Amino acid sequence: MTKDVYVLGIETSCDETAAAIVKNGTEIVSNVVASQIESHKRFGGVVPEIASRHHVEQMTIVLEETFAKAKLDWEMIDAIAVTQGPGLVGALLVGVNTAKGLAFAKQKPLVGVHHIAGHIYANRLKQEFAFPLLALVVSGGHTELIVMKSHSDYEVIGETRDDAAGEAYDKVARVLDLPYPGGPQIDRLAAVGEETIDFPRAWLEADSFDFSFSGLKSSVINTIHNAKQRGEQLKKADIAASFQASVVDVLTEKTFRAAQQFNVQQVIVSGGVAANKGLRKRMQTIFQGTGISLLIPPLDLCTDNAAMIAAAGTVAFEQGKRSGWDLNAHPSLLLS
Amino acid sequence: MYVLAIDTSNQSLGVALLEGDRLIAHLTTNIAKNHSERLMPAINQLMEEIQLTPDELEKIIVAKGPGSYTGVRIGLSTAKSMAWALDIPIIGVSSLEVLAWQGRFFHGYVCPFFDARRGMVYTGLYRWKNDRMVSVEPDINILMDEWLTKLTAYQEDILFLSPDIETYQTAILQKMGGRAVIPDGPFGIANASHLAWAGMHKQAESVHHLTPSYLRLAEAEAKWIKKQKECQENG
Ligand SMILES: [Zn+2]
Repeated sequence: MTKDVYVLGIETSCDETAAAIVKNGTEIVSNVVASQIESHKRFGGVVPEIASRHHVEQMTIVLEETFAKAKLDWEMIDAIAVTQGPGLVGALLVGVNTAKGLAFAKQKPLVGVHHIAGHIYANRLKQEFAFPLLALVVSGGHTELIVMKSHSDYEVIGETRDDAAGEAYDKVARVLDLPYPGGPQIDRLAAVGEETIDFPRAWLEADSFDFSFSGLKSSVINTIHNAKQRGEQLKKADIAASFQASVVDVLTEKTFRAAQQFNVQQVIVSGGVAANKGLRKRMQTIFQGTGISLLIPPLDLCTDNAAMIAAAGTVAFEQGKRSGWDLNAHPSLLLS
Repeated sequence: MYVLAIDTSNQSLGVALLEGDRLIAHLTTNIAKNHSERLMPAINQLMEEIQLTPDELEKIIVAKGPGSYTGVRIGLSTAKSMAWALDIPIIGVSSLEVLAWQGRFFHGYVCPFFDARRGMVYTGLYRWKNDRMVSVEPDINILMDEWLTKLTAYQEDILFLSPDIETYQTAILQKMGGRAVIPDGPFGIANASHLAWAGMHKQAESVHHLTPSYLRLAEAEAKWIKKQKECQENG
């Protein structure tokens, strides 16, 4: 019998201070997330310096809770995985230096993990991967399509050329005067609104898997502005429904096309926007009966957490990947 | 008993190791390079050289600012996680107090400061008394001009220590005249062995509660508070 592998994960790339312990890369032992949403709400978005300040205040508290919930001690931990990037540099630095401090103090192997790899591996905490697979990672910072032929092998086949999908959600929410964070608010309104406005869909070149959401965002803003000048009052719910329809159309269509072209067995949707009910529903409909299995993690694993970092880190650790004591934060780290 | 001291709060990076109250290793660099990449290799190098393993550490002392926000957090994240994992006491010391220790044998007041840009400084007033570096005026983020005016009330000589001394040398001499003592050489650069000594005589803190001493709100927060005040006054 082979020994179980326990990895401690740490994630501080944006506004969640998180730590988790994962067994064999597939099973959550404990998973603690301290969200800062309340602190950033009054600013209408994440303020990097405030995020960094919270991380340094919360980090050891979150770690203590992670170990207490796991009911296991340091002897059991085989490695420490930490988000190295991409993300907010000041925020990442707290996690990276915490991980180094722990790894050095306890003389444990250290593994730097790419945040997007984490989002993909969040799914492995629910179901084993079947290669080749296609991952759509969609959040406030990312919109990427990635093909994986084996573990830790990432080929980015499409990405956003301007705004991330989640960013477009936040901006449209702001124009609609919806409270922060705007994504869930638009999703909620879209469910009761009607698709009355035909907003553009950015398909780009026929064979492209890239995305673009800035045109859509401008179109929404102009539509609201023009209606206001004419003295018309558009229903917020209808704007939300029409906007969301455009985003979801492009995301599902491109994902579906890529899945067929690359002949994948599995499609994974993850990242904060994967919590969107409209997107989840459309993805389920489009892949039904295709023989391609669709994986969308439960809501708490869509948003940033450290279990996903531990999960991705476990695979990298088992493949022999190690980071040195000079490990640093990389705000624009590439997935490779 | 081994004590590790860490200072990455400003441009200089310092690591020191004590055995009891004896200094056994000490490293300072004063270059504009990344602390995050260099701190742990520096600790590792010193500990390897004296063949010390982390579980032999019994206390960690860290410079908690003021200084570079990011620098302070690199030091605190490292020190706090090590202390927590090893379950040993942690002590935070003002980065200004550490610098003031360079004036340990000065008869008079010691004024350490760091440039905080736009004419502002992080500073405080200290004096050696009863075998301790005592804070006379608490650490503050203030306009240098305003601070110097305040210092003119003190009758004795004042020793100014700072890595940014050149920026303010003329202003200091203008305001303080002959009572200002400004040394050249290495005295404006913090020394981690002083940090270790300063911390040795302080009470340990709860690792969870030890937070950076920024002495300044995040810019967004300061603006927000200002706006709230204006709204209150107008409405
Ligand atoms: Zn994320």
